Parts: sequence; structure tokens; C-alpha cells
Amino acid sequence: MDILVCVKHVPETAEADIKIDSTGKTIEKAGLVFDINEWDDYAVEEAVRIKEKLGGTVTVITVGSEDANSTLRKCLARGADKAIRLSDPKFEGSDSYAIAKILHKAIKDLPFDLIFTGAQAGDDGYAMVGPILAQLLGIPHATMVKKIELKNGVARVNRELEGGLEEIVEVKLPAVLTIQTGINEPRYVSIMGIRKAMKKEIKVLGMTELGLSENEVGEAGSWIKIEKLYVPPVEKQAEFLDGTPEEIAAKIAEILKARGLV
Amino acid sequence: MHFELNEEQKEIKRAIREFCEKEFTPELGLEFDEKEEFPMELYRKAAKLGFTSMRIPEQYEGQGYGLLEECIVVEEMCRAEPGIGAAISLGNLMVPDILLKHGTEEQKEKYIPPLAKGDATSAAAFTEPEHGSDITRMDTTAVKQGNEWIINGSKEFITNAPIADYFIILCQTDQEIQPSHRGQSLFLAEKGMAGLEATKLHGKMGIKPCITGSLALSDLRVPENNLVGELNKGFYYTLELFNGTRITVAAQAVGMAQGAFERAFNYAKNRKQFGRPIIDFQAISFKLAEMATKIEAARLLTYRAAWLYDQGKADPAATSMAKAYASRVAMEVTDEAIQIHGGYGYLADYHVERYHRCAKITEIYEGTTEMQKLTIMNFLKKRI
Ligand SMILES: Cc1cc2nc3c(=O)[nH]c(=O)nc-3n(C[C@H](O)[C@H](O)[C@H](O)COP(=O)(O)OP(=O)(O)OC[C@H]3O[C@@H](n4cnc5c(N)ncnc54)[C@H](O)[C@@H]3O)c2cc1C
Repeated sequence: MDILVCVKHVPETAEADIKIDSTGKTIEKAGLVFDINEWDDYAVEEAVRIKEKLGGTVTVITVGSEDANSTLRKCLARGADKAIRLSDPKFEGSDSYAIAKILHKAIKDLPFDLIFTGAQAGDDGYAMVGPILAQLLGIPHATMVKKIELKNGVARVNRELEGGLEEIVEVKLPAVLTIQTGINEPRYVSIMGIRKAMKKEIKVLGMTELGLSENEVGEAGSWIKIEKLYVPPVEKQAEFLDGTPEEIAAKIAEILKARGLV
Repeated sequence: MHFELNEEQKEIKRAIREFCEKEFTPELGLEFDEKEEFPMELYRKAAKLGFTSMRIPEQYEGQGYGLLEECIVVEEMCRAEPGIGAAISLGNLMVPDILLKHGTEEQKEKYIPPLAKGDATSAAAFTEPEHGSDITRMDTTAVKQGNEWIINGSKEFITNAPIADYFIILCQTDQEIQPSHRGQSLFLAEKGMAGLEATKLHGKMGIKPCITGSLALSDLRVPENNLVGELNKGFYYTLELFNGTRITVAAQAVGMAQGAFERAFNYAKNRKQFGRPIIDFQAISFKLAEMATKIEAARLLTYRAAWLYDQGKADPAATSMAKAYASRVAMEVTDEAIQIHGGYGYLADYHVERYHRCAKITEIYEGTTEMQKLTIMNFLKKRI
């Protein structure tokens, strides 16, 4: 089983003070700590577990600058076999579609049975790269995957739905699965793993090597343009409802109905 | 001049930080502080990931890195939790260190891999009730009888003594020779040998998860080939050992200071008095600025001493400067961290007083601060 895992090097934003930079279109990155996207962490772990059980290889791929090497090294230290970094100044400003195109060029000629991506990325949260990539490759996909069983060229997967529901679908391989957190418990990076990872080469490919042109990548090759980034203004105070529990419940039901939520 | 960790060292730092943040939790720290118990399960877990054998060569199941990488790991352990960090980061380093330098191939193969893998623990016993800073004479004696050595005496304050599988013990092997330190030797002993009895010490101020005990040695017989290195070289081997491990203690101090600082910093941002966060009071923010500066200075002294050691240029003055300074900084910073927490800092549940209690040991073990200053002056006098 050869598995490719697409990973992203993202800033840790959960506890950081986020500020919008002077362009108004992105956040200030100075001072932020970057690490592997949380969802990708689970994707890599899942891939390595499958490899350990069934044999094969795990290759991690990222689109990113040299800084992203640390994320790739982490994956190698956890058991990935190979790492590829797709890097070009022209890739700057790519949206999910452009990123998927870049990945597609790198992946289309590689041998694989499965491709994993995180269900979404912690920075922009678009959750689109996986499905677009599957479309470009012309293979099936399943998103928000919480469990995988592989049998006879088919992946039987549990997908997480809203409200705690799960559905089970069967996907023919090769396929793209976007992995949800909680599917496993990612292992710690060991010192032995780091030693191994440091000995491995990270293959770097640029725009021309991938056979891409300037207008296919970056802002030119993107469908989404960010006009402005802003912190949502606090618009109104929370509304407090008075009355007995029965009266309050009735009011809540009314509000929900009025907004078309029930 | 190069003041940055390399890529590999950064990976090591990140790996140990992630491990400690999940595993060395403050709650666990408090629990083991109260229980005065060694966190054996956690020690094994850390060992399996390679975090406790940084300096042991791969050939003996270790990681083959240097003292600088070891310091990075030790620092992170003590940053996350000073008591558990101290317990897991230091006690087991000495026996493999001595054996690697002076052990026979047989001794290395027998004793080092189980320690590297966390399947065993060890203790190095120098201090005696009557001899602490001054170990130039030992009351514990080893006398040769046939092909055995017979050891008699007692050792005090020995880290890991009650839980150790292997021991290295400093003994007087020549009672006549002057100066007496020329007549000392190191011997290996194992748990369960007749005549070796360990008693656990209770009521330490800090590092309570790090188990300390005394050893009673009465007619302990060890085979001839349990002598480590050459006869009558024990004192020199011991000083040579401290040249490295004292830097590790400095790293413990840096880690404890860093951990307490971060707690104080976060607390100061969130605690409001007089209508604003206390970090907005200059008295508090200047404290934090000074704490951060001192930690950085201590860290640089420590890393430099470690780097010199790894380059084969071990410098006892640099080592002692790092230990004396870092341990003092740890005391000052952990003290101020409590102050910044106000009354809450005085409570165990806020996890900052423990840093202060633990930090004190770094001024005492592996040579008190006074002894470090003597070493610094001895070497400066020679140089200048
Ligand atoms: C928790 C803990 C763990 C330990 N672990 C180990 C271990 O694993 N193995 C081991 O062998 N030992 C261990 N020790 C012992 C430790 O190394 C000694 O306690 C330390 O070296 C000091 O010796 P002492 O306690 O006898 O103090 P003393 O030597 O009696 O010193 C008392 C005071 O006098 C000062 N002093 C002494 N001589 C001079 C001088 N010439 N000039 C100026 N001041 C001086 C000292 O600095 C100190 O302030 C441990 C101790 C503790 C508390």
C-alpha cells in the first residue's frame, strides 16, 4: 500500500495573539510558531499505521518554503519514508484550487493507492484541497474520515456528519481521503526517529520542474481573491431572556422558528 | 560565532517539548511531589523514545548525541515539571557516563543498554555522612580478598539508591597514601547483593519525585572485575564526571527558571488589579524583563559549557560558571515568579512554589555553589 499524505506547515493560532498585517489581507506571521497542521498530523499517523500493518511506503508532500522542512522532518521522524517539497516564489498567494493544481502535477505520475489530506487546515479552514485534488486526478474521495478499513481494493470508511452522526461509505482505490482529528492518537516523535529523519533527503521541485506556468499558480491561478481580512466587530450585546423556564423555552422556540433554524 | 541551534537540535527541542507538555503535567507533578515516589512508568516511556540516553552511543542502544543535545532535553523536562523533570533527567546519567569513559567492554555491554532503554535504573554514590564537598578522603573502604573486593562503609544522599539496579561506589582502596584522594577507586555493585542496603530518605524540600537514599555497606563482596577503570583513579574519574554532569544540572536550573517565568508571565497578563492586568505595572513588567534576561544569560553559559565539552575542550571554569550562575538565576526567578502570583503563588495548586522548592537543589548537588566558585578561581588563577 503506497500512501501519499499532503501536509501543510501552519502557524499555531490557538493561544497566539493574532494581528492583521498592513496589507489587510493576511495575518502578521512574525512571532508565530509554525508546526504541522493538526489534521495532517492524524493523516500521517494513519498512513504510517497502515504501512506498518500492510507494508508499502508513505510519502509526505507539501507546498511551502524552506521553513516547511521542519514539518516534513517531523513526518519523516514519525515514520514517513520520503518527503517532497513543492516550492516556488510564484506559488505565493495560491488558493485551495491553485494548491490542488500544484499537488496534482507532482502526484499524477507517482505510484499510489491512497492519498490522505487533513480534513481542513487550521489557518484558513477551507477544507477544499482534498476534494479538488481528487477531481483533478479523476478518482473518488471521501471527506471527514474517522475510520478506515481496507479490503480488496476498497476503503470502507466512516465519515463524520453533523450532530455526532457518522455514515459509512465504500470508496474504490485509488482514492483521496480527508482525515478528521481523533481517528487515531498520533505518536510522539522519538529521538531515534529524528536521527533517521535527518539522514533523509527532502526532494524539492519548483514551478517549471512541475510543468506549471505562472498563470496557473499564485493569485493568477486562483479562483478566490481575498479582499479584506478583519476581526468581526462586536455588534450587539447578548440578548437575555426573562421569565419562568417554560416562558423562556417558548421564547427560544419562537426565535429559532423566526430565523428558520427549526 | 553561532548562536542558533541547528535544524536537528531544533527538532529535538520540539520533540521533547511536545512529549513533556502532554506527559509531565502539573497535576502529575503535584501528585508525585506529595507521594515522594519515582515516576517509573514515565521514565520508561521517556526512555523508549530516546530522551534519557542522549549521550550514550548507538552501539549501546543510546542516541549518540552530545552534551548540548542532552541539555536541551533536560531543560525541557524541568521546564515542564521541575520535580518529575529532575527525577527523570539526571539520576541515570552518571553510571553510563563513567562506564563509557573507563569501563571494560564487558561492563559496558552488560550495564549500559538496559539503562539506555529504561529497563534499569542506577545510582552513583560518592557522598558520605562525613564527606560531602570534600571527597578527598572516603570512610568507605574496599579491601581485596582473593578475587573479590570487600566493601564497608556508608553513603548518604544518593539519588536513586532505593530504586537502583546498578551502583557505582567510590571507596578508599589505599588508606595510607598521601594525599588520600590518590587512593580511591570506583566499584560496580548490583541490587540484591548481600551487604548492600538502601534506605529511602523522606522530607526533602523539593525534587520529591527524585528518590534519594542512604546506603549501608557491610561486607559487600564484589567480584574483582567490578573495579571500574584503574585502581586508585576513582577520585579523578569522579571530577571528570562532574565536569560534564554539572552542566546538566545547570540545564535543569535553566529549565526550572524558564518554566516558572512562563507561568509568571501568563499570570501577569491575566491577573487584573486596579482595573488593569498587573503586567501593565512597571514594577511587574520590569521584574519579568530582568527574569527573562537572566535566564537567557544562564542558558548561554550552559550551552557554551556544553559546546566546549562536546568539542573536546571541556573547561571546568566554564562548567562551574554555568552551574553556579544558572542555579542562582533559578532561585531568583522562581522566587519572583511566586511574588508575581501573590497569595496564589504560595499555594501548591498554582504549581509555581514547587519550582522554587525544586530549584534549590541545583545550588547544592554535584558540588555546592561555593565549590563551583572555588573551581572557577582555581582555573582563573592558573590562566591569568
Ligand atoms: C537531593 C540530593 C541528591 C544528591 N544526590 C547525590 C548522588 O546521587 N550522589 C552523591 O554522591 N551525592 C549526592 N548528593 C550529595 C551532594 O552532592 C552533597 O550534599 C553536596 O556535595 C554537599 O555536601 P554536604 O551536604 O556534605 O555539605 P558540606 O560539604 O558539609 O557543606 C556545607 C556548607 O559548607 C560549604 N563549604 C564546604 N566546604 C567549603 C569550602 N572549602 N569553602 C567554602 N565553603 C565550603 C558548602 O558549600 C555548604 O554551603 C545529593 C544531595 C542531595 C541533597
